[in-house]
Amino acid sequence: MSNGDSYAITVVGHDRPGIIADVTGAIADLGGNLEDSSMTLLRGHFAWTLVVTGSDPVEIEHRLESLRHNGLRISVIALPEAPSHGDAGAVYVMSVHGGDRPGIVSALTKVIAEAGGNIVDLTTRLSGDLYVLVAEVVLPADTDIAVVERNLSEAATAVGVGVTLRPEDIDLL
Amino acid sequence: MTDLLPDLPKLHVGRQRDVLRAPHAALATTCIEVDPHSDDTVALAADLLATMDVSPGCVGLAANQIGVSARVFCLDVSAHPKARTCHGRFVLVNPVIEVATRKERAREGCMSVPDFTGDVRRASRLEIRGYLPGTAEPVLIKTDAFEARAIQHEVDHLDGLLFVDRVVDARALHPRQTYL
Ligand SMILES: [Zn+2]
Repeated sequence: MSNGDSYAITVVGHDRPGIIADVTGAIADLGGNLEDSSMTLLRGHFAWTLVVTGSDPVEIEHRLESLRHNGLRISVIALPEAPSHGDAGAVYVMSVHGGDRPGIVSALTKVIAEAGGNIVDLTTRLSGDLYVLVAEVVLPADTDIAVVERNLSEAATAVGVGVTLRPEDIDLL
Repeated sequence: MTDLLPDLPKLHVGRQRDVLRAPHAALATTCIEVDPHSDDTVALAADLLATMDVSPGCVGLAANQIGVSARVFCLDVSAHPKARTCHGRFVLVNPVIEVATRKERAREGCMSVPDFTGDVRRASRLEIRGYLPGTAEPVLIKTDAFEARAIQHEVDHLDGLLFVDRVVDARALHPRQTYL
C-alpha cells in the first residue's frame, strides 16, 4: 500500500537494544508508513535500510536527530519512482567462496552485468580467511547459461575462488 | 509410483471459486471438522478440484483459501517432477497427520501469498489419516518427498497458518521474482 512519495532511511552504527523500536516509533508518530526494510549486523555494526512513505522526510529527519547522539548515523533520502523491471528473465542463485583477497565481488558481478543480468539480493561475509558471497541473479530469458557459467568460472579462477550458479528452486503449492 | 486410493464417489463438476489472498481473515482462521458424507462436503470437494484445475501451477488447495471454514483440501502432484510417491488427484476431509519425519528445507510459494516465497522445513516422510468425501471409511496415506510437503502446506492452511509463519529465519523470506 503506497501513499505518496517514498524516501529511504538508513541507520548505521553501534548496535544496542531498542534502536528499531525507537526509529519505527518516531516514524509512526509522524504518520509515516514503513514499507520494505532490511536490517542485519555487519561485523557487529547495526545496518538498516528502510523505505518509508507518507509524512514529511524533513520532519522525520529532524525527529530522528535526537537518536544520533547514541552513536547512530541516520540519513533520509528522497527516492525517485522505482524503475519497473519488465524484462522476462530467470532467477539464479550464485554462490562464491574462497580465500579472501581484493576484487572477488567486482570480478564476479562484472560477469553478471556483462551478461545483462541484474543482482536483486546480495550477501557477502568474511570469517577468518574465508570469503563467502551469495547473490540472487535475474538473467535475461534468452541467456546462454553455459556461457555465463564458463565466464564466471574463468573470473573465479583468476581471483582464486570457486563459483556455482544454480536455478532458484521454488515449490509452488 | 502411484499408490491408488479407493475410488472416489463420482463428484459432480464443481464451481470455480476465487482464491483468497493474505491478509484475508479466513486464511488466519482454524477450519472446523465437517461430516465427510454430507452433500455440502461433497460439493466443496468438487469446487476445490474445479478451482485447482483452472489455476496454473496449483498442486493443492485448502477450503479456507476459497473462503470455507472446513477441514478439507485437494491435492494433485502427479505432474510434478519432485514427486516420488503420488496418490494422484484427491480430496481429503478432516486430515490428521500421524507421522512426520525427516525434515528437509525447501523454498515454497503459495497462491494466497503471491508476492513472496519462503524457505520452510517440512517432513519428507508422512502418514496422514482422513476421509474421502462422500465416504465414511477412514483412509491412511503414506507418502514422501513433494507430496508430503504439499500435504503439510495444505494442513497448515486448515490450521490458519501460511508458509510465512514457518520461514526458517529472517533471511528466508524472499520477494517473488515475477519475471518468469
Ligand atoms: Zn498455500
